[in-house]
Formats: sequence, structure tokens, C-alpha cells
Amino acid sequence: MKRVNAVVVGAGAAGGIVARELATAGLSVVLLERGKWYTANDCRKDDLRNQRTTVLGNAFGPEDEGNPRVWVDSRGEANVVLPSEGAYQNNAACVGGGTLSYGAMAWRFMPQDFRMRSTYGAPQGSSLEDWPIGYDDLEPFYDKAEYEIGVSGDESGNPFHGPRRRGLPMPPLPPNREFGILEPAAKRLGLHPFPIPMLRNSVPYNGRGECMRCRWCVGFACEVDAKNGSQNTVIPSALATGNCELRTQCMVREILTDERGRARGVSYFDEKGRLQEQLSDIVVVSACAIESARLLLNSKSRLFPDGLGNRYDQVGRNLQGHHYTGAMGFFDFETYDDVGPGASIAISDYNHGTPGLCGGGLLANEFIRLPIHTLDRLPPGTPRWGAGHKRAMREFHRRTMIVMGPTQQIPTADGRVTLDPAVEDQWGLPVARLSGNSHPHTFEIGEVQARRAEAWLKEAGAVETSLMAGRPEIVSSGQHQAGTCRMGDDPHGSVVNRNCQVHDVDNVFVIDGSVHVTNGGFNPVLTIMAIAYFASDALVRNWKGTGFRS
Amino acid sequence: MCGAGPARRAQMKARKEPGAVTRRQFMAASAMSSAAWAAGCTSQSGDWESLSEDQAGTLAVICDQIVPADDFPSASQAGVVTYIDRQLSRHYRRHRMAYAHGLEQAESISAKRFGHGLAQATAEQRLQAARALEQENRTFFELVRKHTLEGYYGSPRHGGNRDAVSWRMLGLAEPPVRGRARDVFSKGTRS
Repeated sequence: MKRVNAVVVGAGAAGGIVARELATAGLSVVLLERGKWYTANDCRKDDLRNQRTTVLGNAFGPEDEGNPRVWVDSRGEANVVLPSEGAYQNNAACVGGGTLSYGAMAWRFMPQDFRMRSTYGAPQGSSLEDWPIGYDDLEPFYDKAEYEIGVSGDESGNPFHGPRRRGLPMPPLPPNREFGILEPAAKRLGLHPFPIPMLRNSVPYNGRGECMRCRWCVGFACEVDAKNGSQNTVIPSALATGNCELRTQCMVREILTDERGRARGVSYFDEKGRLQEQLSDIVVVSACAIESARLLLNSKSRLFPDGLGNRYDQVGRNLQGHHYTGAMGFFDFETYDDVGPGASIAISDYNHGTPGLCGGGLLANEFIRLPIHTLDRLPPGTPRWGAGHKRAMREFHRRTMIVMGPTQQIPTADGRVTLDPAVEDQWGLPVARLSGNSHPHTFEIGEVQARRAEAWLKEAGAVETSLMAGRPEIVSSGQHQAGTCRMGDDPHGSVVNRNCQVHDVDNVFVIDGSVHVTNGGFNPVLTIMAIAYFASDALVRNWKGTGFRS
Repeated sequence: MCGAGPARRAQMKARKEPGAVTRRQFMAASAMSSAAWAAGCTSQSGDWESLSEDQAGTLAVICDQIVPADDFPSASQAGVVTYIDRQLSRHYRRHRMAYAHGLEQAESISAKRFGHGLAQATAEQRLQAARALEQENRTFFELVRKHTLEGYYGSPRHGGNRDAVSWRMLGLAEPPVRGRARDVFSKGTRS
């Protein structure tokens, strides 16, 4: 196989951008993806099998068969878990990764989110840290993501966001009914509501049409291709340069290194299960926080007996996602209007600045709900089955609103990904083993956030409310997984430098949510995209022929 | 040949494609008129994928306690037994033993308390049996509850929620106002 300049592992939010940026700069790129390439025609509107409701499995990978993980629960017991089970913490396995089927909220982190330790101090037992880069470093690349991938919204009503060079390229979608109910209520409470920025076309953009506002939104591939992910933006554009080849259903086994400890490419199983080698000048790992860490840990050699980049036992630590909490509100009038994406209004008043709390998170109304989502979201005291349950479904499916948000997790060093010593996947590779939890302060913040959501719903006229705030026994990472290859200046406490370059292997990069030091009180995808642009920019600037300096 | 009761004939007529009514759908639809299958009105070559006719009958009774009929159909009338039966050969293969034991237990609860099977039980006895099952084997009851509600409120493509009846019940436009119509459901299942 012909040697190339760069192999990128994983065609998700970050990998797609990196492939496109490198290919555009003239590097030859092979983009490897373990899943398939789906299209808008693969929106099967299957309420039981999609990326959000996995009752019958994931629609966009991985399959339950042959792809287990191991979860160590709070009693220390190891459980084998499947991709359709919550404890697996799945994102997706397909071209586009999570961006094919996501809800597509397009948040920038706030300046404070990059300085969590300086702002709050690290709670005892936590691994809370500052990023080596700040909001200002990422701002140009947030802007680039907003314009190249395509974001709609209007943040002029949000006084809390960081400075931005210009507004968003598309206006927000027209408000839905929940927006109309929640906006005046928030204002009466002295809050600052505004439309949620979305990676979704509100008007024709980038050669594709606008959102048709259907019910099958988050968890599904968009039937009219109005949801913007890497699969319908940067990846086609990378391929169009002629410098990038996409190989799907290819599972990377390990990063190959030479005698001097530099990477020389990867070995992978192709779509027929044959072992292949792709040699390259650089390797970029963009496989999402859990699988990126697993690949580094599985890349063992004489010089790296504990895995590549893992000299100081940092790979896989600080696993984080978001701790979602909020409240349900039940109304005596119809709140449901059957208009997607449903999620429409947010406040950022509670992300920072509450005395005694290390951060917080945004609060927003929930995405449009399918009937299957209402089954266990009925007023307290509702019978769980029988005539009473059926009656409550009829009464409340259209008279319920949910306000919730991603509480910023306080990371710990033992919330982590390691390799399971016993369980292997269909290719015979040791699987990811997830253990530990978020810092308990995370749950305290989440409980405060839930009561705030409840207050907002009550102000909006909810006649009954119910809090949604648990204390899960597992790091809730899932689709927002991050942190496992932390970015930092000190090799003893991080895996990559500020340019996403592995500290002791200068031609291996980790570019995805793995590098997040902290994960903001926001959906992380726009930050993952901004970092991909930021790191690609540095990589291209330092590139010298078939090598580069850093 | 058993005579189809008036209710069953009405349901067959109501279907847009009478030719498409399979034995399986027919049985599910008729399971609530219990006397029919209890009186031996079962097929020797029933085309359930995973369940025996007797098991399917017992399951229909339990499902119908979880989602009973009112002015909208019950679980079994909407095809939930078909949904569960199919998935017991697919995604829920791992639950087959739980179903075998749980359905047997449900029948033995009925036999012990009422002196006859669930098929002969009155409406009140069936509800009592379901409550007793919930107490005696909560794990199995929770499983059936979950599967029944999925089948009833989930996508019609998997055999439950026939003709999107639960979505109509909740006032959702069907076929949907936007996007492809429900013909996508007829493409069958992959799960």
C-alpha cells in the first residue's frame, strides 16, 4: 500500500475536519473509519433503533455483536456491556461519527471554562485543571467551524458568551410553542433566554436545504440532510481535493512505531477482516475519547510497554462527559406542537458565578419527544402500567415540558479507560474497561441546576413538577465523552501538548474530545470542531515536506 | 375451523389489505376474546417465531393488563405479541428463558388462585394475576412491561403499534405532516 503523509483514525467531528484541512494543504491523507457511510436515505424513523433510543440497538453503530466493553461498577464488579446498553457509553461508529445523528447544539465554551482551576480551585480529590490554551486561542476556529460546517442561531440575547468576531451565518429557526411559553417566564425571573445555536440549516446553506422540522430529529440521520455534520460538509470536500482517500469498515489495531520510537503508520483490519498496514509520516487519532485512549493503550511496543504516549500513566484518565439534570413540568394546556427539533431556548445565566459551586451548566428545553420517551416521564404517582398509565400517556404526552442541562463534570484521575485483561472484541483486541466516577461535587451542582430548571417551569405555569437529578454510579460520558488524553504543558500530567501532539512521539496527534481538560457546561461538539481546526492549522504550519518541526 | 367471532371479523374487514393478514396477526388480534383460543382454537402449525400458541395466549393476557383496551386497542390488539415474539428471535434472544419461565409462572398463579388457566379467567382475575406476578417475579414483570410499552408506543415497523394506533391516540399526525410517509414501515425489519 502506498505510503501517505497522514493517516487519520476516525471520520467523526474532528477526524473529518483534520482530513479536510490536511488534504487541502496538499498532504496525502488516508481516513480510516470502522463504521459505514450512511446517507439521508438511512433515516429509517425507527423509534426503537436509533442513536438515542437503542431499545433494539444502535442505528449507526457499533453493532451489539462483537463490540463489547467492560464496566466496573461501584462495588468493583466487572460487567460486560453491549453498545445498546447505557453503561457502554456509546457515541457512534460511522462516517460523520456522532455528527450524523446528533441533536446538533453548537455551543462555544465560555472563557472561564478554559480556566476552571484558576477560577474555582480544585476540589479535594478532583483533577480539575486549566487548559494550556484559552478561549481567545480558539475563537478564530470556533468562527471557522460555525461558517464552514454551518450554524444557525442568534446569541445577541446572551450576555454571558465570550467575545466573538461576528454573528452566526444563519438566523435561528422560528420559535416553537415551548419557546413562546418559556421565554417570557425566564424574563420574569430576570434570566436571559435566547435561541439555541444549532449545526442545522434554518435557511438553505452550503448547497443543502433547510430543516423541515419533523419529529425524528436527535438520534436520527436527517431525512432532508439539513443537519450539518462532517459527513455532509468537510469529508466530501476532503475527498474532492483528490488528496484524501476514505476507507470505511476499517478497524485500526495499533499504531506502528520504529526503532527510534516514532510512528511509521498503522495496522488495521479492512472490511473483509484482512490485516493491512498503512504507512505514513504522521498518525492522527480521532476515534472519540474512549476509543482513542484504547488505541493508544493497545499500541504497545518495546519502547512503549504500557501503550503509546502513556509513559506517565495518563492515557485514559479524567474520563468525563456531562451530568444531565433538570426537571419535568406538567401543564394544564398543550405545550407540544409537533415541530422539531424541539429544543429551542436556553439560558447561560447559571454556567458560572454561583458562590460555593465550581461552575454549572446551560439550561435548555429538551429535544422533541417521541411517545417512547414519555413512558417513564409522567407525573409522580402515575401508575406504571394498566389503564391509569395509558390515561396518563394520553393526558400528558402533549402537556409536558422538560428543562435540563449538561452540568460541567468535575473530573477525577480514577474516572478512566483502561484495557480489560480478559474481554476481547471481534478482532481479538482487548476492549475498553470503564471505571471510577465523577467527583461528588458534580452531583451537588447538578441538584442545584435541577431546582433552577424546576423554578423556570413553575414560572411558565407548570401545575406539577418532578426533578430529574440522580447520582449515577458511573462516569456519564456517552456521546459527550472527553478528557482521556488531556492537553497540557507538563508531560507528567497530560498526554498531548497544546497542539494536540503526543508528548514523547512527535508524529502522533490526538485530535478529538480526548484532549479536553474540562468539558464545559455545554454540548462539546463545536469545541471539538474548533480544536480540530486549531490543531490542523498548527500541524500544517509546521509541516515541512515529508516531515515537520514543532 | 373455528368460527371467527364478530369482533374478529370486524377487525379483519377494517384492514386495508385483507390478504396481508397473517395467522400471527390474526391470533394476536383475537387473543383478547380468550374463549376462542382456549377452546382449542389454536393452530398446530402456528407461525409464531419464538412462542408456542399457548405461550402467546398467556402473553397476550399479561400485555393487555399493561395496556388494556379502552376506546383505543389493547396491547395485543395492536400487535404487541407479534412485536415481542419477533424480538425473542432477534434482539431479545437472551430473554427467551425468562419468558418461558415467567409465562409458566403466570399460568400457575392463575391455576393456584382461580382453579383454571388465564384463558378462562375473568377480567378481574386476570388483573389480579398480573398484580401477583408483579409481586412474585418482579424481574420478569418489568421485562414484559418494558417490552409491551415499547411495542405499543414504538415504531409500527416492528409489528406492534399497528397502523400507528398509539400515535393517533396521542394526537400525532399519521402519516406525518412532514417528510416521507409511513410506507417506510412496510419495508420490514432488520433488528
